[in-house]
Amino acid sequence: MVSTEELKNVKIPKAKDLIREKNRLAPGHRLCPGCTAGTIARCATLVTDPENVTVFHATGCMEVATTIYPFTAWRVPWFHNAFENVAATASGAEAAYRAMVRKGKLEKMPDIIAFAGDGGTYDIGLQSLSGALERGHDFVYICYTNGAYMNTGIQRSGGTPMYAATTTSPAGSVIPGKMQWRKDLVAIAAAHKVQYVATASPAAHRDMMTKVRKALDVDGPAFILVDMPCPRGWRFPEELSVQVAQQGIDTCYFPLYEIYDGREYVLSAKSKAIANKPERKLPIEEYLKGQGRFRHLFKPQKRDDLIAQFQAAVDQEWDYLQKLCNL
Amino acid sequence: MTKTTTKPGKRIGMTGDEAVANAAAVINPDVVAAYPITPQTIIVEHFSDFVANGEVDTEYVCVESEHSAMSACVGASVTGARVFTASASQGVALMYEILFIAAASRLPIVMAVANRALSGPINIHGELTDQTVCRDTGWISMFSESAQEAYDTTFLSFKIGETPEVSLPVMFGLDGFILTHALEGVHPLDRDFVKAFLPDRVMKYPTIPGNPVSSGLLALPDYYMEVKYQQELAMTAARKVMPKVFKEFGEITGRNYKMVEEYKMDGAETAFVTMGALAGSTKYVVDKLRSEGQKVGMLKVKTFRPFPDEEIAKALKNVEAVGVIDRDLTFGSPGPALYSDLKASLYDYKDRPQVFGFVAGIGGRDVDVKEYEYVYKQVLKHKGAEKAVPIEWIGLRK
Repeated sequence: MVSTEELKNVKIPKAKDLIREKNRLAPGHRLCPGCTAGTIARCATLVTDPENVTVFHATGCMEVATTIYPFTAWRVPWFHNAFENVAATASGAEAAYRAMVRKGKLEKMPDIIAFAGDGGTYDIGLQSLSGALERGHDFVYICYTNGAYMNTGIQRSGGTPMYAATTTSPAGSVIPGKMQWRKDLVAIAAAHKVQYVATASPAAHRDMMTKVRKALDVDGPAFILVDMPCPRGWRFPEELSVQVAQQGIDTCYFPLYEIYDGREYVLSAKSKAIANKPERKLPIEEYLKGQGRFRHLFKPQKRDDLIAQFQAAVDQEWDYLQKLCNL
Repeated sequence: MTKTTTKPGKRIGMTGDEAVANAAAVINPDVVAAYPITPQTIIVEHFSDFVANGEVDTEYVCVESEHSAMSACVGASVTGARVFTASASQGVALMYEILFIAAASRLPIVMAVANRALSGPINIHGELTDQTVCRDTGWISMFSESAQEAYDTTFLSFKIGETPEVSLPVMFGLDGFILTHALEGVHPLDRDFVKAFLPDRVMKYPTIPGNPVSSGLLALPDYYMEVKYQQELAMTAARKVMPKVFKEFGEITGRNYKMVEEYKMDGAETAFVTMGALAGSTKYVVDKLRSEGQKVGMLKVKTFRPFPDEEIAKALKNVEAVGVIDRDLTFGSPGPALYSDLKASLYDYKDRPQVFGFVAGIGGRDVDVKEYEYVYKQVLKHKGAEKAVPIEWIGLRK
């Protein structure tokens, strides 16, 4: 059993060593240009031993784009079952490995990663995730959230931001996009009192990789929510993905933090820096104005009222998070 | 504490559910992932006892739904593990999506189905519809007439499903309450038998560390058909494998099963055809009618998928008329599941009986001797009819 103190001190190899490693996700997959899903998958799997890892995937962009029969971009063992059940699927595999280890058919438990998008986690996969976290299977669930069902053409999910226009929450002349705030999935995961829960971002890739390694080192389930800017769905130029992710951190719309044992909240470096110097926090307008999904907040006329509401919601969450972090 | 029956011995009193749990314990699978539902509960409860008492080394995953049960079974089975589960009715319906994936992934998961009527209205009693509606999922599907047969079919299912050229999941039914909860003397088998009859599962491309295989890929119109056709080939292989497995089992145990069991068919002019526990009662009725000089027999269809069309046609070659008794429903179709398949199977044969359909025992309603006799009378009455006779619901409240 790894202690929480040990977990806090987990280190990953230096960048110069990691860069020499062969990627577990090969180039030549069919993700869109500028898609950060590939970045997330490559970073997450790079901190595993390729000989001792298995990857399970929910239906979604990354699944369909990396494994079109008879091709695969995965250099590590990989399995896809269905949309809403990657947590249950990984549970079964984990149980099987456990039985094999006990019977001497497998030397040791592998690292197990389950990937799913926000649709497959916030919405249709929530029950399966909750069940697996409660049962305590030893695997890491990585939800990469692009805030909509991008694979099927940008439909609203429980992770879609307020006022974002999607194809099922379009910005009309009466209703300005999605009317609800996103679900607090991180708190839901933490409420299961698992040892490790975190948020991460491709704009802080080393932080993300360290978090994945920590999550893998936990003897039991761990959960990471990763921001996944989507040029196609969010409507921004494909070369700006990482900058958009950075804006998510800088505006505190997507703060980076860890939760140990379901109760100890710790801000990660980039968000900690903002907490220490609040003047560094960017107004949410900076985030919204660069993305076409919020275009209706600026044209034909600027909706200061809606932008102010969005800002208030971000502020409220950010203030509450700082309180949880004892700041 | 549950009585240990993983050891060989004399006949032991067991309910159908206990029999299945005991058989699973003798097999000692790597993983069982299951969710409780009446009338299957005794299977998972009883198996939990075996786990708690260390009589099996199975990883028992007590999931939060049947959808997750089948999903976890799939996740476990892709590693090469031997996997078992059990469900019924709404539970099987909730699994429906994943049943297709289990079959397409060619995973020999074994599932006991404590056959129960589907909601609505909600009803917990025996009916086979929960399993017959799975006919197009790609699973091998069998039924049992008794607790002993359910017990034996547990072993048979693993052997058939894990045969490399088959590599398909297998479900087998036992009628809710009539078999699941009724006590019966069952001849147990032991782990030495399993060692000889059921060697370790061998999987060609397992999802295990160090084996960089991708499975469960997206297949578009350029390849999807070929993948699905391989499933059809696997079913065809199962038609050949199943009789061999039944024969091998019979040689060791003395209990002989067939895809289609013929009962008193010698010289039969008419016959009953049915599946599951109804077959037991039908045998009693056939005996009674035979003693009264009637030339009647029975066919019990054990294997619903693959459907034994040739065997049925052969068995009914010299029969003039049959009454098919279905304990399952389909609406707006040419008829219930067994009736429709049987009729379609016979169509191409020159020597074939007339087929009359009856629905009985729905939602666990008793089917008594008089009702079987009524079916027999109706078959005699309709024999020679020159146009289709509508399906008749037996025992229906007027």
